[in-house]
Amino acid sequence: MGDVAHTAGTAVPHDDIDGAELYHPHSWLTKYVFSQDAKVIGVQYALTAIAIGMVALVLSWLMRLQLGFPGTFDFIDPAAYYQFITMHGMIMVVYLLTALFLGGFGNYLIPLMLGARDMVFPYVNMLSYWIYLLAVLVLVASFFAPGGPTGAGWTLYPPQAILSGTPGGQDWGIILMLLSLCLFIIGFTMGGLNYTVTVLQARTRGMTLMRMPLTIWGIFTATVMALLAFPALFVGAVMMLLDRLLGTSFFMPALVEMGQQLSYGGGSPILFQHLFWFFGHPEVYIVALPAFGIVSDLIATHARRNIFGYRMMVWAIVIIGALSFIVWAHHMYVSGMHPWFGFFFATTTLIIAIPTAIKVYNWLLTLWRGNIHLNLPMLFALGFIVTFVNGGLTGLFLGNVVVDVPLSDTMFVVAHFHMVMGVAPVMVIYGALYHWYPKVTGRMLDDMMGKIHFWVTFLGAYLIFFPMHYLGLLGVPRRYHDIGQTSFVPDSAHTLNAFISVVALVVGAAQLLFLFNLFWSLRRGKEAGPNPWNATTLEWQTPETPPGHGNWGRELPVVYRWAYDYSVPGAARDFTPQNEPPPAAAP
Amino acid sequence: MIVTLLVFAVLVAVAAWWLARQGLTARPWLEGQAAAELAAPGIPPLPTAKIGLGIFLAVATLLLSLLVSAYAMRMEMADWRPLPQPLLLWANTFVLVLSSLALHWAARSARRGHRAGVQDGLLAGGLTALLFLAGQLLAWRQLAAAGYRPAANPADAFFYLITAAHGLHLLGGLAALGRAGARLARGATTARLRLSVELCATYWHFLLLAWLCLFALLAHAPSIAWLAALCTAPFR
Repeated sequence: MGDVAHTAGTAVPHDDIDGAELYHPHSWLTKYVFSQDAKVIGVQYALTAIAIGMVALVLSWLMRLQLGFPGTFDFIDPAAYYQFITMHGMIMVVYLLTALFLGGFGNYLIPLMLGARDMVFPYVNMLSYWIYLLAVLVLVASFFAPGGPTGAGWTLYPPQAILSGTPGGQDWGIILMLLSLCLFIIGFTMGGLNYTVTVLQARTRGMTLMRMPLTIWGIFTATVMALLAFPALFVGAVMMLLDRLLGTSFFMPALVEMGQQLSYGGGSPILFQHLFWFFGHPEVYIVALPAFGIVSDLIATHARRNIFGYRMMVWAIVIIGALSFIVWAHHMYVSGMHPWFGFFFATTTLIIAIPTAIKVYNWLLTLWRGNIHLNLPMLFALGFIVTFVNGGLTGLFLGNVVVDVPLSDTMFVVAHFHMVMGVAPVMVIYGALYHWYPKVTGRMLDDMMGKIHFWVTFLGAYLIFFPMHYLGLLGVPRRYHDIGQTSFVPDSAHTLNAFISVVALVVGAAQLLFLFNLFWSLRRGKEAGPNPWNATTLEWQTPETPPGHGNWGRELPVVYRWAYDYSVPGAARDFTPQNEPPPAAAP
Repeated sequence: MIVTLLVFAVLVAVAAWWLARQGLTARPWLEGQAAAELAAPGIPPLPTAKIGLGIFLAVATLLLSLLVSAYAMRMEMADWRPLPQPLLLWANTFVLVLSSLALHWAARSARRGHRAGVQDGLLAGGLTALLFLAGQLLAWRQLAAAGYRPAANPADAFFYLITAAHGLHLLGGLAALGRAGARLARGATTARLRLSVELCATYWHFLLLAWLCLFALLAHAPSIAWLAALCTAPFR
């Protein structure tokens, strides 16, 4: 591959890279637009992801309006509703969460936290962002294409995804969706190679793997997982694209539509489900592991304590990463699988609870007797722990076949996955943005607006999703445009739905406040200084804030200790940066 | 999915072996290494680009193994009608072997500093690779003319998909080969040239190996029925 053969900086010992090896921008355009600097690329990724996330937010409002007040809004017909569902899900999971955690935080933090000057393949890194942007634009284009975006659900199950009964199935919608996914995966693979090889090759002197901050461990493991999981989606997307465009029958069985025998025959829809979920389940942890890592660092820093059980945390991250590849079929319990098959996947699913619980215990034990500063990153970190435990517990319900079968396709599932991989990672993203914004911009985000943002978001999320579990237990189905009059859904369920919708509107509005804060603080925020949180990790020790090109001035930092030397007994300060040498005259 | 899981298990084993050598049992909170110790030169690390290629190859392997998995799962169904394999594919395989050998020669010349040998090797490797691609296209045409079109039967569709996936990877490799050639023409330093050529050679060997596996699967699927049986065991 042309990309891989890129050899800048090859075999140069990383502690004495000279200036000539580094990419230097020559104009405004190459500095801020077509930049090869990982920090700029990280910000570009983050802004693009947040922008497309706003689209997903508006879509969720529209869905909630329909669910809460059915029949009130004429323009939300069933087709539009399915399109909103599909695009909301796909944008949030792939184009927002994955891109923001790996592309955004990964690009910005990996070189800085490891003491590197940049990613190892900067040009490929730049391409990665531009292909991601193209994928986003293709996705957005489907809103304006004839027939609108696809309404196949974010899982895009065939055969319905490419039949005429599904919005976009016989129009452009599904084609653009699949193309966009393929582009995203190509772009991500380029970025992912960078993140992985940078962690392997570009760590500064003294930065052993076991001295890396957990943020890097989380992002690194998630990247490796994503590199291995996304090919499954790629294969599935290409095969479905061929089914749709060339009339092949990879996933399409012989079927009759509107009394017409279609030319398809012999394909297997279940095959797609296997491919999709071989990607889809690791995807949950691709989002969760960076969140785990980041939240560990937030908690340690803002509770002024070393992380409890660092080794266990690292092992748990790696073990969760590996296990998550052998649980995919728990998304397919109702596809008519062999009971033994279901038994196997239920077992592996429940085993994941062990390393995950280890992580939760360690977070709690880090907080225990810590000097907890209830600032914004900490509030969001605490919000994450609570939400993740809640969502994780309902995951134990759904991981069991006998419980899952009746709950499948109800609002209970919606509530579960929104808690565990919607609200929880988003909490971490906010915590991380409040935490690292001062490094990126040199200014603090406004505290008052932040507090309002946190409380409305946190309490609002519970007001939305707790009642939703109850709706699910009542049997309210998911994916329905309008429940209508059914004997088993009482009127109170409709009232509850209206309540949820109102709260959703308010919580959504709070996110606009956050967005305003991002831009407002850029000029008017309090000056942050180089290390406002008194943190130990390397990104806070840069000579300039925001870090300049090449990150470290003339000399790369040397690392003498792990990332969690907070409140060390006998130390002069309650934190000791990783690059601070040990006292010269040690007894 | 068993094929994919087996490949995945191999990748995990490699990763675990590597991780096990990274001191994962270290107690970083107890260690305060002296600066001198840190500065001590270790084993010279592998070139970054080689590690990058290695990881890319792992991803490509998984991609191809997913296709094989899908193929094996589909093959087991009752209506499977395998398509005839044109003899041309054997000729193509032979050409691809030649291509790989040529690049091996180029890499060897690069290691010894024979620039002429590198040039011959790259040229021969590139041309034979192009010949292979042309041969594959010809095989497609022959099959299509005989009525085996992508939409005709899943076996046909898989044949086109798998050969296309392999061919596109080779095409990407040709782009890298072109860059190595340009580097040679510009008179790049020997070390730089050597790395480029070695990367290309590794990639070519990988694609040859992948083709041999895929060809065996496409041409002689019945002989690996046990594999298909293994793959679909959970569904029966």
